[in-house]
Amino acid sequence: MTAEAVFRREHGRCVAALIRFLGDIDAAEEAVQDAFAVAVARWPADGQPPNPGAWILTTARNRAIDRLRRESVRGERHAQAHHLYGAGDAAGQIMAVAREEDPVPDDRLRLIFTCCHPALGQPAQVALTLRLLGGLETPEIARAFLVPEATMAQRIVRAKRKIRDARIPYRVPAEAELPGRLTPVLAVVYLIFNEGYAATTGPLLRPSLCAEGIRLARVLGELMPGEPEAQGLLALLVLLHARSAARVTAGGSLVRLAEQDRRLWDRDLIAEGQAIVRACVQRGRPGPYQIQAAINAVHSVAPSFDGTDWHAILTLYDQLYALTPTPVVALNRAVALAEVRGPAAGLAAVDGLRSPGLDSYYLFHAARADLLRRLRRDGEAAAAYATARALTANPAEQAFLDTQRTGSIQAGNG
Amino acid sequence: MSQYLLALYKSDDEVIPPERSQQVWAGVNALGDQMMDAGVFVFKSGLQGGAESATVVRQSGGDFLITDGPYTETKEHLAGFWIIDVADLDAALEWAKRAAAAELRPIEVRPFFEGDLDDAIRINASGSP
Repeated sequence: MTAEAVFRREHGRCVAALIRFLGDIDAAEEAVQDAFAVAVARWPADGQPPNPGAWILTTARNRAIDRLRRESVRGERHAQAHHLYGAGDAAGQIMAVAREEDPVPDDRLRLIFTCCHPALGQPAQVALTLRLLGGLETPEIARAFLVPEATMAQRIVRAKRKIRDARIPYRVPAEAELPGRLTPVLAVVYLIFNEGYAATTGPLLRPSLCAEGIRLARVLGELMPGEPEAQGLLALLVLLHARSAARVTAGGSLVRLAEQDRRLWDRDLIAEGQAIVRACVQRGRPGPYQIQAAINAVHSVAPSFDGTDWHAILTLYDQLYALTPTPVVALNRAVALAEVRGPAAGLAAVDGLRSPGLDSYYLFHAARADLLRRLRRDGEAAAAYATARALTANPAEQAFLDTQRTGSIQAGNG
Repeated sequence: MSQYLLALYKSDDEVIPPERSQQVWAGVNALGDQMMDAGVFVFKSGLQGGAESATVVRQSGGDFLITDGPYTETKEHLAGFWIIDVADLDAALEWAKRAAAAELRPIEVRPFFEGDLDDAIRINASGSP
């Protein structure tokens, strides 16, 4: 493994620990960067240390202490050297982790709750999480979200400044606050994955964002074993990711669930996701991510689209709607209903949902178009495909909808 | 400990029904007591009138220019505020939730500047002891 890969893997844990020691996000990042420079210079000749994470932390910490000493001599700033909110125990702890063989303390949960604090806007939460926990460089994050680099850099600087100025604490919320505070954390991880899985613009799949989303979900799942929704999110992401290879053609166009070659699904990921879903069911504290994971678990065991247990899926959508009564959930429920009771019943349900919000949602029109096509109402289907096409900016989705529309027009003429 | 401003804005043309005023009055008094008991209370006050009570003073050349009206033209005006002294933003937000419930309107939470000039210049200063 290259020094770069090792740093990428260890970044979140090291930065999280250093923030607690140093009380300063920038200083922690700088220290890890310093350690990286040392590694690049030394590892090729000396070989990689047996415990690279601990090596990075020790090296980074020593560099940071040197820096603080220089600064405190220069500016008499010794008293202010450790100014971290919730990290007042810093000095003693720095000394406590002095040895390279010691395990790296895991402060990533503190870090993710700070990055996803509700006082920060979601774009800032996402950017900070990718940067500090994922170890992504700012240009990488900017590219992933198709935002100019300067914009992303400013977003990150502002978010860090708000954490410092408003004194957002560096801690894991107490039990009582946890339900409210966990929601944005899970939403950020889901959004990172989803932006890679169903990109709003640009290429359909951005595997690095999917991988990062899953990596973060694994960290959360590992660090919050008693939190069923964190487990549910991990299960959902691995079950969705299991279908990646079957979801896009070599030419980059979208393959719908009904037409996917199920032999391409990743059986290991499916097994992992199903095991988590089973554990969630046994625990009996359902939530939206767990139910969505269960829906995908049902898909993942089906031999074919037609051979899917649509009754189970419909029941799960009913449960999901009871917890989160959103138009999008209602739309998905109506699509499942079409598989249980036929396209006419599905179309009636879909049409019953029409609202200004759904009317601007391309999947609403794509779902209508598909049901109209199945009902042989080809002219209306073609029109609905055209509406859907105008509402998506994703080229792969556009190509798919164009093909479907042409098919409907031909069927209508033939 | 850090000081935060909990600021309360009202819309200029808002008319508050008397029964709501009474409810708010009772809630705000109770909240003041709770802040005292918790030892976080520093100061609170309400401002008289809206935008029409404001006057702006500007230095202009060697003289001062006095103008009627608020500094910025907005539809809302600062109507009152609390200053509290708490551990961090999370604690301030908890008090802001109670304030929003008592006032029946949104509360803006702002940290006070803490630290020295050096900190103000150096962006990476946080100031907590």
